[in-house]
Amino acid sequence: MKFTLRIWRQKDPRAKGRFVDYELPDASSDMSLLEALDVLNERMTLRGEEPVAFDHDCREGICGSCGLMIDGVPHGPRRSTSTCQLHARSFRDGDVITVEPFRARAFPVVKDLIVDRSALDRIIQAGGFVSVGTGSAPEANAAAVPKQTAELAMDAAACIGCGACVAACPNASATLFLAAKVSHLGLLPQGQPERAERVLRMIAQMDREGFGACTNHGECEAACPKGIRLEFIARMNRDYLMSGLWSRPDTEAKGGFS
Amino acid sequence: MELKPNIPAGPLETKWERHRFDLKLVSPTNKRKHEILVVGSGLAGASAAASLAELGYNVRCFCYQDSPRRAHSIAAQGGINAAKNYQNDGDSVFRLFYDTIKGGDFRAREANVYRLAEISVAIIDQCVAQGVPFAREYGGLLANRSFGGAQVSRTFYARGQTGQQLLLGAYQALSRQIALGRLRMLPRHEMLELLVVDGRARGIVTRDLVSGHIGPHVADAVVLATGGYGNAFCLTTYARGSNATAIWRAYKQGAAFANPCFTQIHPTCIPVHGDYQSKLTLMSESLRNDGRVWVPARPGDQRSPAEIPVAERDYYLERLYPSYGNLAPRDVSSRAAKRVCDERRGVGPRGRGVYLDFADARARLGVATLREMYGNLFEMYERITDEDPYKVPMRIYPAMHYAMGGLWVDYDLMSTLPGLFVLGEANFSDHGANRLGASALMQGLADGYFIIPYTLGHYLASTPRESVGPDHPSVRAAEATVAKRTARLVTLRGRRTVDSFHRELGRILWEHCGMTRSRSGLNTALAKIPALREEFWQDVIVPGAAEGLNQSLERAGRVADFLELGELLCLDALERRESCGAHFREEYQDQEGESRRDDAGFCHVAAWEYAGEGSAPRRHEEPLFFERAALTTRSYK
Repeated sequence: MKFTLRIWRQKDPRAKGRFVDYELPDASSDMSLLEALDVLNERMTLRGEEPVAFDHDCREGICGSCGLMIDGVPHGPRRSTSTCQLHARSFRDGDVITVEPFRARAFPVVKDLIVDRSALDRIIQAGGFVSVGTGSAPEANAAAVPKQTAELAMDAAACIGCGACVAACPNASATLFLAAKVSHLGLLPQGQPERAERVLRMIAQMDREGFGACTNHGECEAACPKGIRLEFIARMNRDYLMSGLWSRPDTEAKGGFS
Repeated sequence: MELKPNIPAGPLETKWERHRFDLKLVSPTNKRKHEILVVGSGLAGASAAASLAELGYNVRCFCYQDSPRRAHSIAAQGGINAAKNYQNDGDSVFRLFYDTIKGGDFRAREANVYRLAEISVAIIDQCVAQGVPFAREYGGLLANRSFGGAQVSRTFYARGQTGQQLLLGAYQALSRQIALGRLRMLPRHEMLELLVVDGRARGIVTRDLVSGHIGPHVADAVVLATGGYGNAFCLTTYARGSNATAIWRAYKQGAAFANPCFTQIHPTCIPVHGDYQSKLTLMSESLRNDGRVWVPARPGDQRSPAEIPVAERDYYLERLYPSYGNLAPRDVSSRAAKRVCDERRGVGPRGRGVYLDFADARARLGVATLREMYGNLFEMYERITDEDPYKVPMRIYPAMHYAMGGLWVDYDLMSTLPGLFVLGEANFSDHGANRLGASALMQGLADGYFIIPYTLGHYLASTPRESVGPDHPSVRAAEATVAKRTARLVTLRGRRTVDSFHRELGRILWEHCGMTRSRSGLNTALAKIPALREEFWQDVIVPGAAEGLNQSLERAGRVADFLELGELLCLDALERRESCGAHFREEYQDQEGESRRDDAGFCHVAAWEYAGEGSAPRRHEEPLFFERAALTTRSYK
């Protein structure tokens, strides 16, 4: 197969970026898009050019490292598929494929296709956990969890933290990312004691990081490589509204909830 | 070099309990005076960093990824073992211990493995409390499934994403400590040297992968949890970034490297389909619970699987190993697959593949149940191969997957260098010559949550504190070494890319030091690898500069280390003149092609000591004693 890869090149965060076209005349249909970039990079290296920088690691769709905007869609045209699992056969022979980094104020470009997504880590640090120190856990089967509830929690927990939801959102909101964690922990008995504080603090952190607000476009759900559903946002919004009634949370204190 | 395993005295069942009492404690007020570095943020690293910070130590944790949540533990699919005996099927701590010792073909330490089995139950409690959404039965209690090498059902799982969920649990515990200010996370940092001052590990030198800044981090102890070295084989199930640089630099600073030839080939991976391919994808071993492995009975049979009647199929695992069948351990299953492919009975375009067929399971369980159990794995397979495993059998083939070998550690998980502790896949301690499925997650978390918090405290309490500043000559020297090496790589400007060297090394290792090994093959590899290494240092191209983000430079450093480690791997394989576990020497097999272990000659750990540039490394032996698990021939027939 033959492709033209139109790739965003940007030397560093301050430099002005631009698109550059690269020809790939001999791609195999079984090749993943990242493997196509590997081949291109090998050739550029041999020509004495600097290869394209892009984040990637497990290459099996679970680590969340890779995340490219492909023809304007995070992770490209195939539903529920991360960039590393997207193969050349999803395109037509002769296509011009536009590849650029995830765009959001909270995700500054580091170089070429690499962005800084540490804002997502800081949102988890704000409250995306259960405060349980090592050694203090009760017997695992002490609390029964209905199978359906555990399955729903797992659906939410499947988030890989890639940031596609942010890149897809016209407001660059991280609401789906938050909703996944808030729902995962909020559905389980272990997550109950901190349920109110968790949602308030995570939302406050999202605002501080410069992500936008959710206005129910639904683009995030369509772009999510793990199929995280919008219903989790509804679940989170309910928790957010109820949290004022449940407790008087201290949203400023950090780490363990007092 | 003297190897002191420091195994506590007394009966197996009480060693750990007694030892914990004997270990010295650090008082709460003194804990905050100590600095600890944890390198790696996978299951072992994240659980260790979080647990140590909870105790009150000052912890810094490093990873090369952009976030600690992306460490390759995340990709573990199938599950985690624990001796809970929830199924009432005869499991016990002793049985998990025995299965693991036997699975490792009697090349692991009894005391370490018993402790692992003992701790396994607390791990499940801890993870459930963190909110890990394990699979459950309709009554709301935890579900289990079976895994290779065991006849009980003791594996806990979260769909096909168990590693992800356990890692997120540890990552969340880590995140909580970051917010509390007890732990500093340094992502996109790669350890390039170990700081040794007066014979003790006192820190590391890292390169900031964004700015290119090379700088030291001094501390009272260093914990390496940097994973295995399997990516020396290039085309593997590891993440692309997985590397051996941290443990290799530690080896060159004096930490012994144990059993490097014990590398595991996983039997169920998607076969190779192209030369440009960047990695091999694993299909969880749990699939062998319900999938049946077969090939055509007749060599060269080109018919599609549906056209081959049952009578003309060979369900070879069920035929050869009737009591374990499709759940025979990984090494045994891998070699059996290689053998049938060597007999020209392999399937798929390249003839290196066998079928993993779910037709019977679909008839028995229905599509809905199959989807619930393995849905994400089936989807992953379909995406990569464009074939639907609900309708046609999967094609699978063995691939490099895990390293049982690693840095030598004593019972306290301390290497031969005082102050350097090694956890998880990076050490050698628990899996002997072959790891059983669902045991890597168990070991990583046992080391991080429940062992290192005790043993590291003992080291700190019994070691005088001497301050080392950033201007100490050893620190300066280590920094200069790293800067020089980095500068050399970017100035070579040769004619071959880093990846082309890596692929060639991988081919040499896979051919001569893969599923089967022989004296002549290993000697060939031992001639080729040094020549390739020399060529690398003459002719590699690393574009870009030492400053700033440079992924080619990162890869070059890692491949340079693999080119050295690969040689040690082959040397160890050559010296171990027996077949045991994953190490199969063609010269040592019985008439049926099964391994012939040599307990008189090789019932020991081989630990290699670095002897300097250009000198052959020295081989030391730690004898293994089996007091409770009698040395028997491992049979799964």
